[in-house]
Amino acid sequence: MKFYIPPQITRLALAFAVFIALFLVVRHQIKPKSFGKYGHYRAESLVENASIDINYAGQTACFDCHEDIRDLKETDAHSGLHCEICHGPGEKHVNSADAADIIIPAGREFCGRCHSKNAGKSEDVIMQVDLKEHNVGKNCTECHNPHAPWEMKN
Amino acid sequence: MGNEKLKSTRRKFIKSAAALAGTSLGLSLLNASGLLIHAAEPEDKDLPWYGIGIDIEKCIGCGNCARACKMENDVPKEPFFFRTWVEQYTVKNNGEVDISSPDGGIEGFEQKIPDSDIFKSYFVPKMCNHCYKSPCTQVCPVGATYVSPEGVVLIDEKYCIGCRYCVQACPYGCRFIHPVKNVANKCTFCYHRLKKGLAPACMENCPTGARIYGNLRDKDSELVKFLKEHITQVLRPNLNTGSKLYYNELSSEVR
Repeated sequence: MKFYIPPQITRLALAFAVFIALFLVVRHQIKPKSFGKYGHYRAESLVENASIDINYAGQTACFDCHEDIRDLKETDAHSGLHCEICHGPGEKHVNSADAADIIIPAGREFCGRCHSKNAGKSEDVIMQVDLKEHNVGKNCTECHNPHAPWEMKN
Repeated sequence: MGNEKLKSTRRKFIKSAAALAGTSLGLSLLNASGLLIHAAEPEDKDLPWYGIGIDIEKCIGCGNCARACKMENDVPKEPFFFRTWVEQYTVKNNGEVDISSPDGGIEGFEQKIPDSDIFKSYFVPKMCNHCYKSPCTQVCPVGATYVSPEGVVLIDEKYCIGCRYCVQACPYGCRFIHPVKNVANKCTFCYHRLKKGLAPACMENCPTGARIYGNLRDKDSELVKFLKEHITQVLRPNLNTGSKLYYNELSSEVR
């Protein structure tokens, strides 16, 4: 059986073919090289996302210098806590070893973020005090050593 | 006659089989040349597949996670831009539910409701669920947001056109438009830290270990153990987003 293809269809098909070819060429030109390597995105973006600088150095970096604090901390209730939980981001301090580059927190409100009384906090998870009753007017560190909270200062 | 017919059908069959093989061969060649883009991401079983576990019982609402996230990732300081935040749910004796999140809980919480009125109260930290069937990546018109081979939902800031579709699509409210860059912004699971062998900033800075993360493909990982030992639930399971953020002790008041 012989197919009869009307000439207008052939011309239309040709026009389509040219259009599709043109589209593919243009897309090839403007599409970033790494697009579609892993999926419908630029694979290069993974590298960009991974190459951002860190601000928090991580627990092990602190103990390279502060072994004494590690040993002290291990003896008491704050043993599991990472240094940067209270001291803030430490990467800058790790590189400079400058005391100005790390936060030394102070104040009742700071300790209260964790230790203020709140019905939402489980007694099994955290020791709580009522900041409105517990030694009002005094700074927590006047009595407690923050690295070993039950080593009372007086 | 019958033989003729058989011959013709056989010829037809061979012809169409050859055409089919030729087309698929041609397409596979096209694919290798990068002309075709496949819709489904190929899985790489050698890479970790990250998920998150949050133990609501252990959360004390100190806001360390939200604070650490802001400082690690330079999230805008205004108190309505968050990649992670904490909410406090307080169920009163009369059945009313009070939900509060002052500045995303970044400076901790103060319980304003007297203890005698409280039926129960708990904190719920929230962040990107890193869904594997995520609505936010599906709506992106330019392919600027995607699920990485490790199961982390990321944004291509150079490619994002700031159309805000993804912000609307996220059922957990985890995305925002960066006020300076004018592109979408969200939790990256601290991808830059993971790649350097460090824990995400919020996990690193959780004092009670309420937040954990791990490789769902590794049956010995901390997260898989967490899932084994607790009865966990994801947020809005009815939406079938494929959320990989599993909560222990998730109560029905949480939305």
